[in-house]
Amino acid sequence: MKFDTPAGQNPIDQLKVVGKPTARVDGKLKTSGTAPYAYERHDVVANQAYGHMLGSAIAKGRITRMDTSAAKAAPGVLAIVTALDTPKVAKGRFNTASLFGGPKVEHYHQAIAVVVAESFEQARAAAAMIRVTYVKQPGRYDLAALAKSAKLVSASSDEGTAPPEVLRVGKFESAFAAAPVTVDATYTTPDESHAMMEPHATIAAWNGDKLTVWTSAQMVAWARSDLARTLRIKPENVRIDSPFIGGGFGAKLFVRADAVLAALGAKAAGRPVKLALSRPQIANNTVHRPATIQRIRLGATRDGTLTAIAHESTSGNLPGGSPETAQSQTRLLYAGANRLFALRLAELDLPEGNAMRAPGEAPGLMALEIAMDELAEKLGMDPVQLRIVNDTQVDPEKPDRPFSSRQLVECLRTGADKFGWSKRNARPASVRDGRFLVGMGMAAGFRNNLVVRSAARVRLDKDGVVTVETDMTDIGTGSYTVIAQTAAETMGVGLDRVKVMLGDSDFPASSGSGGQWGGNNSTAGVYAACMKLREAVATQLGFDASRAVFADGRVIAGDRSAALADAARDVALIAEDHIEYGDLDKQYQQSTFAGHFVEVGVDRFTGVTRVRRMLAVCAAGRILNPTTARSQVIGAMSMGVGAALMEELAVDTKRGFFVNHDLAGYEVPVHADIPHQDVIFLDETDNKSSPMKAKGVGELGLCGVAAAVANAIYNATGVRVREYPITLEKHLEKLPAVT
Amino acid sequence: MHQRTDDGSAEFAPPQGVYVDDAPSEPSSITSDVPARRTFIAQTVAGGLGLLALELLPSSVALAQPSAPVDALRASMPVITEYHAGVTFTVNGATRTLDVDTRVTLLDALREQLKLTGTKKGCDHGQCGACTVLVNGTRINSCLTLAVMHEGDAITTIEGLGTPEKLHPMQEAFVKHDGYQCGYCTPGQVCSAVAVLDEIRAGIPSHVTTDLMSRPQLTTIEMRERMSGNICRCGAYSNIADAMAEVAGVRA
Repeated sequence: MKFDTPAGQNPIDQLKVVGKPTARVDGKLKTSGTAPYAYERHDVVANQAYGHMLGSAIAKGRITRMDTSAAKAAPGVLAIVTALDTPKVAKGRFNTASLFGGPKVEHYHQAIAVVVAESFEQARAAAAMIRVTYVKQPGRYDLAALAKSAKLVSASSDEGTAPPEVLRVGKFESAFAAAPVTVDATYTTPDESHAMMEPHATIAAWNGDKLTVWTSAQMVAWARSDLARTLRIKPENVRIDSPFIGGGFGAKLFVRADAVLAALGAKAAGRPVKLALSRPQIANNTVHRPATIQRIRLGATRDGTLTAIAHESTSGNLPGGSPETAQSQTRLLYAGANRLFALRLAELDLPEGNAMRAPGEAPGLMALEIAMDELAEKLGMDPVQLRIVNDTQVDPEKPDRPFSSRQLVECLRTGADKFGWSKRNARPASVRDGRFLVGMGMAAGFRNNLVVRSAARVRLDKDGVVTVETDMTDIGTGSYTVIAQTAAETMGVGLDRVKVMLGDSDFPASSGSGGQWGGNNSTAGVYAACMKLREAVATQLGFDASRAVFADGRVIAGDRSAALADAARDVALIAEDHIEYGDLDKQYQQSTFAGHFVEVGVDRFTGVTRVRRMLAVCAAGRILNPTTARSQVIGAMSMGVGAALMEELAVDTKRGFFVNHDLAGYEVPVHADIPHQDVIFLDETDNKSSPMKAKGVGELGLCGVAAAVANAIYNATGVRVREYPITLEKHLEKLPAVT
Repeated sequence: MHQRTDDGSAEFAPPQGVYVDDAPSEPSSITSDVPARRTFIAQTVAGGLGLLALELLPSSVALAQPSAPVDALRASMPVITEYHAGVTFTVNGATRTLDVDTRVTLLDALREQLKLTGTKKGCDHGQCGACTVLVNGTRINSCLTLAVMHEGDAITTIEGLGTPEKLHPMQEAFVKHDGYQCGYCTPGQVCSAVAVLDEIRAGIPSHVTTDLMSRPQLTTIEMRERMSGNICRCGAYSNIADAMAEVAGVRA
């Protein structure tokens, strides 16, 4: 099905199942511990041995010798594959650093060997017995020190052509110089870790040339093609199975060392191998959200109209890596005639930087939305009102290109109303509650909606059950449930008549889970396949497909009616289709919007910040399942609290690695850090996004949250902190005197 | 406890180069000259110290060169033999007898030997709570305890609380309030949630209990505090609080 004109009325609009708050169809499996994750598939293949990764102890240099004699002789060891004794693996299309290093070492904890043994304990013990001799080389690990020499780079755009290195609209410098009210400030965001709860894990088994991996991958089709490329085998010889994923947030977008090492280990041992990265290996072996240094300049007239906007961001990555596109949302969020955007990239020898939940926008808004708060204060203007007066309904760079739907102003007004924003005292450090300084802050949220091809296969059996097969993944987003709702709605059956099978590369290739595109695109692909199945059903029943109504397990056309199951009485009916897109995303800018509101208390004596209340108001197209969508948003809000208050990978700038590489050192929010959270979804359908008229919310929920927390802290204390995370030592000395 | 083998002799050879080790708890150097599976394993109990010493080396020391102080430290490390031992405990009411490598944690005994994979391994270091189980009614991190320490204990895992066909009320409440997303921390959250309500009812105080002379109340602040050892990166905390409040019969 090609989607190239705005959607009209269609079966999804019935909203008998879609759009209803619905408990997860996989809920009983997850809450009873019976949902199978990658490392737990005891049943899929017999005789599984255990693999353990050895990571490099240096960040940059060469391996000159690896002595495995002791490790090989250790109890239970079946095979050892080292970086020096195996042909060099290729690099995946989506990887910056090789997933199996050596002799060159590109980053700390880069995989350099895998040990296979009868037991986990034996493999782990033997891995520690491998003696590696390195020649260290000087590395570049300090972004702040290298920022000045970072090179301008042009970030890839959605349109296939890279924009110029410095993107200009109008004349920024003269407009900024002429502006009566300005902000010129620099903000920093740290390296962050995805820290999903399930470590990267894979079971790999060879059958001749054929490799099957039971793994934890957000993008099954990418995993298949890149694992094949890495191992130099044909993609058709690789099968990926990833039905349950214990969180990803971008960390599992691309093949990682667990899959490569399990496959190499299994080959060497002649047995299936299971391997999970240990928690302390993850931060340095895999990927992270890169740190940024962002300079923002805003110029406005006295009534708050923005006349000049500049957003420049510097980040670092391994040679060949990409920049963090922290300027991206600023290009679209506010009006303003004179604009300047630039990205600079420093080469670093730290582990690979890559996508983490809302790459670009999440750190970009952390900076931009503090800058807007600073501007509002200079103007003596309400921060909500400042954003409202600078709203735009068109792409500021291409004014003839409207947004498909944009309710930012409604998000902000609704949020202000429901949160009690009018009670905020604009003068900082003026509200106290016992030992706490209390403040309110807000920020706009923005994240683009991306459209991606997505396919599915649906089958109707004689018992009337509709089975959906697609390689789509459920990383906690609720894919199983929204796909079941889509099939039930389209085929006119109850949820109990739908079975959803996900995550297998033998199934048609879907959008996968990433960039908050999974929900809208994967359901649109299922919708397309179901519409094709409806035609097959009508034909089988001798009905006119265009007039047939599918409802309550029956098909009705004019005065004729039959049970849906009757169409498959003799043979199951199968239909496969995909959704593909025309250029509606070029004609219209498709984005999602939010208003985030936060109240904090800052302890007057210790400087510790406690979040007291949170509200998000989201406009993100049709909400397919308000229950799971709300969960994505509150989860993202929690991650935003982490970004604001605690999350930071600490860089050892001498040795070149992230020091706090486990969940004790890398702090993420816990129960006690998160208050009750409220979420409001504005009623919206976007007929240019897909036949589902939906967009995404999973990343939107994060975008802007940290800045709202930061602005609330400023309102509470009167101390502006521009370096995330806002830990107590950054403002303690400057807090109002305790009298 | 018995040694698995007794026909080999272990020999400790100082390392020639430098190697990496992730966790101080892991052995840092092992060597043996007899065939695998029929031998001793030399394991340094002081592995963490060895690693620490490495980390403290000045960066000017060329890592390709053997370091005399480090080698001397390693040479002084005691050698431990690989042991296996039998252990008997009950899991979800059924008596189980295992022969385990003494290094096997309760978590791995459950997941790898008994194939009870509902208990999750999130960090293996007692930092995340995904491996929470109940031992004699008390919640513990099963990754921080060895299987052989549990002779005679009664262990309850998520599978023992309820099944998809017959969920425990806490599991039902998690489904109703969507107290999870990816589901990986969920069994640990559910086990902790059940235990937390029992702990409050038993009058056990917490960090946020203001008056130690009176019984702690079933408030959300008490629950959130006591649940804080169970990380949920998907951030379902607010919904988990609602689920617990419903089971506890209080307002969230």
